[in-house]
Amino acid sequence: MKTWIAFWGILRKDIKNYYLKPPNISWGIIFPLSWTLMQMIRSSGGLDFSEIRHMLPGLMAMSILFGTTSMLAVTITFERKGRSFDRLLLAPISVGTMVAAKLSGAIFFGIFNAFVPVVFAALFVDLAGINWVAMLLAVFLIAVTSTLLGLMIAVSAKEVFEAQTLSNFFRFPMLFLCGLFLPISSLPVFLKPISYLLPLTYGTDLLGAAILGKGVLPPVLSVLILIAFSAILFTLCQYNIRRKWIL
Amino acid sequence: MSNTDIVTVKNLSKNYGDITAVNKISFSIRRGEIFGFLGPNGAGKTTTINMMIGLAKPSCGTIVIDGIDAVKNVKKAQSIIGIVPDESNLYNEMDGFNNLCFCGSLYGMRKDVREKKARELLEKFDLAKAGKRPFKAYSKGMRRKLTIAAGIIHEPEILFLDEPTTGIDVESARQIRQMLLQLKQAGTTIFITTHYIEDAERICDRIAFIVDGNIVENGTVSELMKNFTQGHSIRLTADRDLEPLAGELQARFGDCTVKTETDHTITLISRERIPLLPVMEYLDSNGISVYEAKELLPSLEDVFVKVTGLEAAKLKKEKVKEGMVK
Repeated sequence: MKTWIAFWGILRKDIKNYYLKPPNISWGIIFPLSWTLMQMIRSSGGLDFSEIRHMLPGLMAMSILFGTTSMLAVTITFERKGRSFDRLLLAPISVGTMVAAKLSGAIFFGIFNAFVPVVFAALFVDLAGINWVAMLLAVFLIAVTSTLLGLMIAVSAKEVFEAQTLSNFFRFPMLFLCGLFLPISSLPVFLKPISYLLPLTYGTDLLGAAILGKGVLPPVLSVLILIAFSAILFTLCQYNIRRKWIL
Repeated sequence: MSNTDIVTVKNLSKNYGDITAVNKISFSIRRGEIFGFLGPNGAGKTTTINMMIGLAKPSCGTIVIDGIDAVKNVKKAQSIIGIVPDESNLYNEMDGFNNLCFCGSLYGMRKDVREKKARELLEKFDLAKAGKRPFKAYSKGMRRKLTIAAGIIHEPEILFLDEPTTGIDVESARQIRQMLLQLKQAGTTIFITTHYIEDAERICDRIAFIVDGNIVENGTVSELMKNFTQGHSIRLTADRDLEPLAGELQARFGDCTVKTETDHTITLISRERIPLLPVMEYLDSNGISVYEAKELLPSLEDVFVKVTGLEAAKLKKEKVKEGMVK
């Protein structure tokens, strides 16, 4: 019970202090929306709403990736710098519980980001036939793995600008390597193995299967791989926190 | 560990590469006392406190807090301690009340309990009117008081404070000292690091001096002073200048060193206790009235200077700078 009170306290504090702040809400809406519009214009030279459904998996994956990694890396680095993060390390809760609480806020933010393009698309095209359960599962798993990547970055960075730079170093290559806007089959042979080392590849494929009914990998395999990635990243993050933050 | 000891530290060390920040220190803290940890900047005070609260891992040694191995079972030990760091580390965007409630939640306190306690603490720390103000709008003294309140919201058995009165105004520092004494009266054990010797002298029951990572002295304030008292000194204040009688006094009381001052005072220094009556009778026979007689004891600062060698080192540095010493 005490652990749950602490968990909820950290999550509630993060949501109120960071995620529900007007700049973050507007960023969470404007960023995915502008990418959606940009992709629609790029695809046909004018506004083409028929393409929007095909672009949804990539747009959703990108929105989650940018939303989660930005927020978590920045908020943790910010709290570390102000030493308020020490308060969490000194609380009588396990590092795992504390990390899970910090991750949860970013995961919710990522899920919120993911549905901005979906709501926008629903205004213009028929979204019937989508496997919503599979889509929600894919969104959740992408949010978890991306948030954990954000945490890995946060553990390595000392300053907010360092966290931003490191995030971009990972995020932009992932846009092209994970099948968001270019199919992995069209990538050069030497880049393909890298694609399959990145969790976002499996998440995007799972989203493709849920929204368009066409995925490269069996959905169950993608789910299992994403769960494995989550477990490995979570363990690595905890290890890194103990090693780097408890000197 | 005796029955009265709540904290026992044995052979505690911390190395950062080749640098030894803390070198095999041992000490114990008795239940219900205020234990002061004094030393110059960089002596190892914060490293020691960080190891005790679980923010740093000892290179070797043991820390036992109320029977809990605080090195192996950090989280269990953290549940009975409160921490007030040297810098206020609450959340700038949150108001005072919510900061306290959040800290209560970290210790698993239920909403109604933590809210009630937060209100009580705001009242007690004279911050009730500022309870809804964001933390970033607080003055330094208010920030420090709220940070102490956050450290005790879960009613810890032991409170660790790192430099609690550094950089704050005199009135806030006085209030904080009073609050610490009240906490002590309520049964809380307090571990305090400071380089303000006056603070330690006023409130600490026992003190340890740490220099270059080593504990060089440890004891009650009176024990420490007694250990460093060399001989006896008595200062007499009279109704007139005693300078004309200096030679005569020195001749009559040959065992003493006599120092006369222009402010009508005379200081007698001797290896043995000084009988006052002959001195008083002599002065009286010369028509001099004595208003005050006071035994001069070394201050804790004198002890600190002797123990740390700080003043000597500083003096040497200045002399080197002036080219007097190579």
